[in-house]
Amino acid sequence: MKIHIANGHVIDPANQIDAPHDVFIAAGRIVAVGRAPDGFTANRTIDARGLIVAPGLIDLSARLREPGYEYKATLESELTAAVAGGVTSLACPPDTEPPLDEPGLVEMLKHRARNLNLAHVYPHGALTIKLKGQTLTEMGELAEAGCVAFSQANTQVRDTQVLLRALQYAATFGHSVWLQPQDGYLAGEGVAHDGEVASRLGLAGIPVLAETVAISTMLQLVRATGVRLHFARISSAAGLALIDEARARGIAVTCDVSVNHLHLCDVDIGYFNTHCRLQPPLRSHTDRDALRRALADGRIDAVCSDHTPVDDDAKQVPFGEAEAGATGLELLLPLTLKWAQEMKLPLATALARITSDAARILGIAAGTLRPGAAADVCIIDPRAPAPVSRESLRSQGKNTPFLGLELTGCARYTLTDGQVVFERR
Amino acid sequence: MARNPQLNSHGGLRHLLSIEGLPREIVVAILDTAEPFTEVAEREVKKLPLLRGKSVFNLFFENSTRTRTTFEIAAKRLSADVINLNVSTSSTAKGETLLDTVDNLVAMQADMFVVRHASSGAPYLIAQHLEATRRPNVHVVNAGDGRHAHPTQGLLDMYTIRHYKRDFTQLTVAVVGDILHSRVARSQIHALTTLGVPEVRAIAPKTLLPSEVERLGVRVFHDMREGLRGVDVVMMLRLQNERMTGSLLPSPQEYFKFFGLTEDKLALAKPDAIVLHPGPMNRGVEIDSAVADGGQAVILPQVTFGIAVRMAVMSMLAHG
Repeated sequence: MKIHIANGHVIDPANQIDAPHDVFIAAGRIVAVGRAPDGFTANRTIDARGLIVAPGLIDLSARLREPGYEYKATLESELTAAVAGGVTSLACPPDTEPPLDEPGLVEMLKHRARNLNLAHVYPHGALTIKLKGQTLTEMGELAEAGCVAFSQANTQVRDTQVLLRALQYAATFGHSVWLQPQDGYLAGEGVAHDGEVASRLGLAGIPVLAETVAISTMLQLVRATGVRLHFARISSAAGLALIDEARARGIAVTCDVSVNHLHLCDVDIGYFNTHCRLQPPLRSHTDRDALRRALADGRIDAVCSDHTPVDDDAKQVPFGEAEAGATGLELLLPLTLKWAQEMKLPLATALARITSDAARILGIAAGTLRPGAAADVCIIDPRAPAPVSRESLRSQGKNTPFLGLELTGCARYTLTDGQVVFERR
Repeated sequence: MARNPQLNSHGGLRHLLSIEGLPREIVVAILDTAEPFTEVAEREVKKLPLLRGKSVFNLFFENSTRTRTTFEIAAKRLSADVINLNVSTSSTAKGETLLDTVDNLVAMQADMFVVRHASSGAPYLIAQHLEATRRPNVHVVNAGDGRHAHPTQGLLDMYTIRHYKRDFTQLTVAVVGDILHSRVARSQIHALTTLGVPEVRAIAPKTLLPSEVERLGVRVFHDMREGLRGVDVVMMLRLQNERMTGSLLPSPQEYFKFFGLTEDKLALAKPDAIVLHPGPMNRGVEIDSAVADGGQAVILPQVTFGIAVRMAVMSMLAHG
């Protein structure tokens, strides 16, 4: 299959391209950007006039809910949502049921995802058995089965000695570890940012200290072990400052933020809106503004959807009892564009955070339109209205604080390995 | 942000969920409406026909004897049919969701729910659900949700203060104790600031104060003697048993020493200061018996006024 994407404006941050070009695809790979290779005859030409041609988006955190939570979502429903959102590669945390702590589970997931042929799935292995924070998993076996990193998802290793050993062991083999920094004791039973809003609503708070104490500890452990650590979902300005400081001293860590935390803060909880029950919690507006700036200047490396489809029953309960998380695969693009527009950033910067920067963190050869690379492409209509409604969402999860909003910008075509896997009519 | 769910489109009271966000006029109207109801209790026939034919469901997901009883008496004095449901021991134990329970009771023609729940915001969830399912004539009264609010308690406290002190705008009021976990404290603070009390003090150790509590409009004191100096009203809070020892407080004895209301500490307040307590009291923990039974305590009148205030709330909800 040979595809000619004609008349589009190519934005390929990995190769510093931001100009009108045609893109040529053959045998699942990019063969040229600009002039057609000699003798190229397309089976299909996609007219991308007025559209942006970008690498397929990479989402650093998307829960697909298989195995174990098929009543919340399935691989098929969520990978369909992914490609509708322009996402061609995604990393999934290990908090399935059972958790991804055995090679067989990972192989099965990879196999099922491959058969669906929609987006590439990069599972994270559990750092500890059942994510309990006690016993190390067989990281070597899990890596061979296809795990690209190891994580505890939203849970913590409370025992610092176990954490130290897990990081030492991972460092021995050069595995990267992704941790959501939150001190389990300080977070306690908390469900919202510990501040004025939680105090008014009578919700148990998660203090910023829970994040800063965890980051401080983890940074010390990184120094001691030399592990490649990625901080997943930074939520506070103070946490960010610690990471900045460490990087200035030459400690190589990376971090990301969720797209929800770029736009929302604790005030949005309003009258106990359970769609705003997220992990980490939405923090104050000054935290949000700091995260927005840090993503712009690259101190935060990437933004992800932290896609978490939750069934209605688990959200239609009092705030503190609600399951945390929001659906997001289909909102990553429009919410990133909205952030970039509000921050007056070039489109190329915005797209870098969800393509090339994300690929670098994930350590995968994607997020580029370089000839020879897999033809994962997202063709974007940056001006198309993108209303968020229960009907418009393909994800089985309809849970998002952005429900009812009119966003702008969507994927018109999504190509994975040179095949059109989504086309918006 | 969504419209305040406790007001109808004309700004009138549709549900009573929290004192925060209630206009001052509505708070005053509730207190005024309660005035004549205090006399009903002294009549030989203690009944008014205001809620005749209406069904009031006491929906208690958390145990409570006192609050449930006072709501029951209030509803019965208004001639309503009262149905008590202790849900903690029935349907939810069988796996029924909160909203399923509500739908079932609505199908039984409930007119009003009096809701007590351990989770903050539960009555909002019910109110929002009634709105979504187009049940504008079913009303919700929050009888205490988690740490969030206990608005009828706050209102009866205001009624009591007004009864003894008349003018809110000249008062200094101290709220003392476990403010962190207290829905009563939050409702009191909102009610006091709404009614124009110029100085509301919060007296507690740092472990029992919510984050950024000053933003609620209170002045914080950690020294009880300093905090009580010159106050007109002392509002004591109940300390739950499970908080008396552990990482919040070392022991009930030490708590009593520093934050228990004794006669000598009370002597620092104005000579005519009154003492309130929402009950049930832990004598010798947050309050000394000499104070609880002394001449400045108005703890029993609070209970009596509580019935009148709850009658006022229910009749106002039922009649728009």
